[in-house]
Amino acid sequence: MVWSWIPEYLPKFMDGLLVTLQLLSLSIIFGMLFAIPIGLVQVTGPRWLAIIARGFCTVVRGTPLLIQLWLLYYGLGSLFPSIPGIRESFMWPILREAFPFALLAFTISVAGYEGEIMRGAFKSVPKGELEAARAFGMSRFTVLRRIWLPRAFQNVLPTLAGEFVLTLKATPLAATITVFEVYGIGSIVRQETYRIYEPLLFVAGIYIVLTGIIVVFFRWLEQRVPQPV
Amino acid sequence: MDNGLHRSSNEAVVVENLHKQFGDLEVLRGVSLRAHEGDVLSIIGSSGSGKSTLLRCINLLELPTSGEIKVAGEAILFNKTKKGLVPTDIKQVERLRTKLGMVFQSFNLWSHMTVLQNVMEVPIHVLKLPKAEAREQAEHFLNRVGLWEKRDQFPAFLSGGQQQRAAIARALAIGPRVMLFDEPTSALDPELVGEVLKVIKDLANEGRTMILVTHEMKFARDVSNQVIFLHNGLVEESGTSQQVFYETQSERCKAFVSSIH
Ligand SMILES: Nc1ncnc2c1ncn2[C@@H]1O[C@H](COP(=O)(O)OP(=O)(O)OP(=O)(O)O)[C@@H](O)[C@H]1O
Ligand SMILES: [Mg+2]
Repeated sequence: MVWSWIPEYLPKFMDGLLVTLQLLSLSIIFGMLFAIPIGLVQVTGPRWLAIIARGFCTVVRGTPLLIQLWLLYYGLGSLFPSIPGIRESFMWPILREAFPFALLAFTISVAGYEGEIMRGAFKSVPKGELEAARAFGMSRFTVLRRIWLPRAFQNVLPTLAGEFVLTLKATPLAATITVFEVYGIGSIVRQETYRIYEPLLFVAGIYIVLTGIIVVFFRWLEQRVPQPV
Repeated sequence: MDNGLHRSSNEAVVVENLHKQFGDLEVLRGVSLRAHEGDVLSIIGSSGSGKSTLLRCINLLELPTSGEIKVAGEAILFNKTKKGLVPTDIKQVERLRTKLGMVFQSFNLWSHMTVLQNVMEVPIHVLKLPKAEAREQAEHFLNRVGLWEKRDQFPAFLSGGQQQRAAIARALAIGPRVMLFDEPTSALDPELVGEVLKVIKDLANEGRTMILVTHEMKFARDVSNQVIFLHNGLVEESGTSQQVFYETQSERCKAFVSSIH
């Protein structure tokens, strides 16, 4: 085992870690913002929206993330340069980058998987508690904000922790479209030093630590939220 | 109309010729009732006679097929549609609901909140009371139902009787004109029934207006000034407690109330 390359590449790994964390946290935040309505309309209707939401979840969950990523980056991404004037537009610096495509793909993925989880979460809130809220004069929106949503999250907090760990472990896929997150940096080390195992072990270690942080964070969160009966 | 039955002349809840259909099943077939301020009105009847449905129509948890409902003297506005009545103004419904303190058979406390938070929730987020005031008032009502010590517990850690008392405090805290009880003790272990009935009885004694669906015949007899006996979606007998429990001509009603004699 040779570890002497570590000091040299450590700054790069720090950059990579930042990219991983950005990709993970932003896609979870944006993804959940979509997952909540996607889950909700499947329980409340209207029917046509429920069907669209359901179809979205099925497609996202039924196709490999790698393919979604490549379709977005190489498919959509390659269309942009052919649009007249786009290279001069203020959007170009963003469209030229790979990271936004990775973020988009991961956001869609989180929205699809967690949309399904949230559907179950909304459904599992006891009818009586929602009925009580309505009976005391809460508006539909207040019921959602004060009772339904917090109760739904209370039900799925442990599940979400596991889901987000899976999302973390999918982030190396972004390296395939030149987003140099932690795993991508590991590949660079491998190519430049001809060491195979050490960089992989090092990268694996980083993911274990990140997983640990997610797990501990959600444990802490769960303890602050009372458990349902 | 007011043959000495009511304890005041101010209408609290009036239901006129109410019909309710679930698909082909007509559960309420023209029911009328009136409760004035100070009245304690019990609704009795066998299982499936439509008692809960009637109560739930008053605060529109169920939409009636036809009929009229007045809460605190104000008629609820409906649009007539093929499927039945639809409220014209949901804001009106929400406002009138805050005048009706509902207590459910299965408590329905919000389990992600402490007892105190449960009681403060509607005053703060619906009635827009300042937090400090809502808290003070919530503690007052929790004290009344004997749960002040349990205020920071979550509902899951309370006994059924305690949960139901907390639910009563929650309903009281909205400052309701009328309390609605739907079999408040049916889900309780027998030894816990007493503590809840005592709280309800205290409320009756202080002159609260209440409409109460119950299977506790003795309690209904003692606490109410008005009783309605429902049978198959119709009012089979109604009147004072004395009239319904001891002077009824209806054989069905006689048989039903005979359990307490
Ligand atoms: N949401 C519903 N959909 C269809 N049928 C219903 C619904 N709610 C009640 N019913 C039916 O309406 C009838 C009256 O029900 P309701 O709950 O009002 O009776 P109840 O007098 O309260 O009976 P219990 O003493 O058992 O509580 C029953 O036959 C019931 O099956
Ligand atoms: Mg009932």
